[in-house]
Amino acid sequence: MWVYVARRLLLAVPIALGVTVICFGLVFLAPGDPLASLIPGDVSPADLAKMRQLYGFDKPIPVQYALWLGRAVTGDLGVSLQTGRPVLAEVTGAIGNTFVIASGAVLLAFSLAFILGTVAAYHVGRPADRLATAAAVLGVSIPNYWLGIVLIIVFAVKLNILPATGMGSKGSTSFNILDWAQAKYAVLPIITMAMVPLGIIMRTTRSAVAEVLNQDFVQMLRAKGLGPVAILRHSVRNALPQMLAVMGLQLGYLVGGSILIETVFTWPGTGFLLNKAILTRDIPVIQGTILVLALNFVAINLAVDLIQTAVDPRIKRT
Amino acid sequence: MTQTLQTASPAAGPDGQAAARDRGGTAQPMLIANHLKKYFALRSGMLGGRAGEVKAVDDVSFSVRKGETLGIVGESGCGKSTLARLLMHLIPMDEGEMIFDGDPVGTPSGLTLRELRRDLQMVFQDSYSSLNPRLPVQDSIAYGPRVHGMDRISARDLARGMLDKVGLRPDLFGARYPHELSGGQRQRINIARALALSPRMLILDEAVSALDKSVEAQVLNLLRHLKRDFNLTYLFISHDLAVVRHVSDRVLVMYLGQIVEIGPVDAIYDAPRHPYSKALLDSRLALDPGERIDEAPITGDPPNPANPPSGCRFRTRCPFAESVCSTTMPTLGDEGPDAHLVACHMMAPGSGHSRAAGRTGAQPCPVPAL
Amino acid sequence: MSDRGITIADLPDVPENPAALRVRSYWQTVRYRLRYDYVTLFFLAVLALVLMTALLAPELAPFDPTKTSTINRMKPIGYRDFLLGTDELGRDMLSRLLWGGRASLTMGCGPVALATLIGGFLGIVAGFIGGRVNMAIMRIMDVFYAFPSVLLAVAISGILGGGMANGMIALTLVFIPPICRVAESATTQVRNLDFVEAARASGAPALSLILHHVLGNVLAPIFIYASSLVSVSILLASGLSFLGLGVAPPTADWGLMLSTLRAALYVQPLVCALPGAAILIVSLSFNLVSDGLRRAMDVKA
Repeated sequence: MWVYVARRLLLAVPIALGVTVICFGLVFLAPGDPLASLIPGDVSPADLAKMRQLYGFDKPIPVQYALWLGRAVTGDLGVSLQTGRPVLAEVTGAIGNTFVIASGAVLLAFSLAFILGTVAAYHVGRPADRLATAAAVLGVSIPNYWLGIVLIIVFAVKLNILPATGMGSKGSTSFNILDWAQAKYAVLPIITMAMVPLGIIMRTTRSAVAEVLNQDFVQMLRAKGLGPVAILRHSVRNALPQMLAVMGLQLGYLVGGSILIETVFTWPGTGFLLNKAILTRDIPVIQGTILVLALNFVAINLAVDLIQTAVDPRIKRT
Repeated sequence: MTQTLQTASPAAGPDGQAAARDRGGTAQPMLIANHLKKYFALRSGMLGGRAGEVKAVDDVSFSVRKGETLGIVGESGCGKSTLARLLMHLIPMDEGEMIFDGDPVGTPSGLTLRELRRDLQMVFQDSYSSLNPRLPVQDSIAYGPRVHGMDRISARDLARGMLDKVGLRPDLFGARYPHELSGGQRQRINIARALALSPRMLILDEAVSALDKSVEAQVLNLLRHLKRDFNLTYLFISHDLAVVRHVSDRVLVMYLGQIVEIGPVDAIYDAPRHPYSKALLDSRLALDPGERIDEAPITGDPPNPANPPSGCRFRTRCPFAESVCSTTMPTLGDEGPDAHLVACHMMAPGSGHSRAAGRTGAQPCPVPAL
Repeated sequence: MSDRGITIADLPDVPENPAALRVRSYWQTVRYRLRYDYVTLFFLAVLALVLMTALLAPELAPFDPTKTSTINRMKPIGYRDFLLGTDELGRDMLSRLLWGGRASLTMGCGPVALATLIGGFLGIVAGFIGGRVNMAIMRIMDVFYAFPSVLLAVAISGILGGGMANGMIALTLVFIPPICRVAESATTQVRNLDFVEAARASGAPALSLILHHVLGNVLAPIFIYASSLVSVSILLASGLSFLGLGVAPPTADWGLMLSTLRAALYVQPLVCALPGAAILIVSLSFNLVSDGLRRAMDVKA
């Protein structure tokens, strides 16, 4: 077990390094001089040459990468061209807001998917199953940025019971989910974001529970005269590790892919930050945000893997 | 290998075909294996460092005479299938050489792999997975000849001819897919596929083991007739001792990647000289209730092949093991193709084993005191 | 026959009546199964219809999709000749939806097709050769896998800048790793089956093995998987356009229309919802058709 943990941790290192290589390489994909895209436009050629030397852009690319990595490890991801603030501060300020809606969405999706999936598994092939499956397909097929707009039309414009966009006046500085005056801003983004994980977790739940229900030991429990509640407990306990793993992965996807929903709701998270940076071609912020989000995704994957190994006795890894 | 595939096709008379392709003469063994070795690396650790190796085939030498059937028996995991794949050159051998009808294989002056594969073919155990599920079976049979340059029409005709030879009507079975056939029919297809290149020798790797007993008997009959018709030489690998006795002229007993005993079938079955052969044969179920034994003649699992015992590999399970067995590895010796050879210190006068004293050679293995 | 000592009578498993034998190839079986899957057939028809309207957009569209009109801005559905209303610049919605289908379908299907070719090739090569080649290819794929798909697409097209070609490059790069993985694992499985060994034993060169024995058996799983990505690709492509990273204005594209129409959200909500509904219908159809294909093609026996 511990050997596996150590091995898995060590395996994550080359992946994380690969991620940094790609993020570093992104700058070179940008049209034009990579240095010019990293610093404000209004500098004299002499200053530019000095900067080139300072940032090591006159050195071979592997050396440049090493220098960049060295700075990134110490938290120096450069400075935003728009605000002049350090990129790391911009990203860390935003990622908390993204986690608020992403974790809210995953929890909502999980609770709904759990019920729908279990019901479907108990009625495989019957109308309840078909309905639940149709809902799941709809969840993964719907363009969620469009759903966001529709929800805004219905709940903010027509019914006027929920705010359309933003985080409220106090929200962006100190968000308190328990305060309804602030929490109501998160309701629509969370519902919108929950659609895709709802579909995916529900499919997983359905197949996992249905599989357990078909196994011999459940047949034996039935033969022993156990009631439906006891059988449900058994089947859910066996399906749970798989569902939790999918849930964890979905959290990673949502945090990393929040750009569309945060743009629709102008929710000041990392996605919104990224979109702003792309529109203004603020390359240091783009690069830094992507690096932080990708490394965060690697870390979540790693955590899910390790937790699943610890929780699920069937997985024996050495 | 100058003649074309067409002249070597089964349509040609078996005698003429044999005469045309026999290069070494009747006394030349069809196949000689010299000191074959195959060690599989065991990898471990996160970087896959070499942690050890499994000696799947360890210094194996034997020969197969023309026209005979050599049976190979042994427990599962003893290296039978690895040996078959080594002989087919499906996996590279670490050491050793193979001589096919007098020509070394894979050397500049000898046979190329491509030439070898026309003369030596193999039938696999799993009749289903050894046929491409997406190809009609006649295309599977025709594939080999096509690879060797036969045109589509001739290959198709040849394949249908082969179907007939293995007792399946071409018009009924040719266009079918593997999943539409029974296990016995599929194994007939596999045999037809192997024979489509008109090989001179066939390796049958557990070819009938997965079949029902009644079907097994039919396929064994078919194999006997094909052997006669096409003048074939068989290497018959099986864990089924009764079947091996039924089909073989000579038998080779393997244990943990090594040959422990080789000799004429009756000599080995009637008077096994290696304790392992004896135990293996005793583990057969007797039909006569009076002869049934209550205790297993051999106990425990084979030792880990990655870490085999020193000296004689069987000593950890051998009732006669003595100190010499752990220090010296017994050798098989080399006394000609017909000899009954055994790798056991008890059978080697002067080996230092207490039971070896005064032995003159051909005596059966002693009965352990129970 | 009797000269070989066996007769047909020895073989009880030969059916007597040849007419009872219906030999069906794999693809015939697939077609047969699809014929009775009405849900899949229905959505297949929907897709065919959408494809036709997109192809025939120049003929079907009543107006020029880029012609603006200040007087006719943000008109409701059914206003005068504008069957589906007009957008924030007074352009006919129906014409734009028809033309937009072209861009959206191209940007949705194109990357998956390209990624299937490239990723499938890489995966089959990695799986067939194995060893170090496999290690090298698959570890690189793992690194791309470490990015959530939306983030990777946005990152690449965001850096490259907008435009349809850049968007398609970004999406292709997003889909190569997962397709490569599926192709690699399918090929590794097939490569170790006895029939490939048997074909190798007959002296076939590697290329012939891949073409005749590996390809036929890995194409179905790759195809099934790729078909399930089309829906994702449509959503992602529209998403990129929505962010201004895909198709450039004034070209019509459903995602881009959704984005520009946000200005008209409070005036004509129904009209604003139209492009999203179009995306939903297409993505839903692709999802259900892909599910149907999976059911029809997952034939073991």
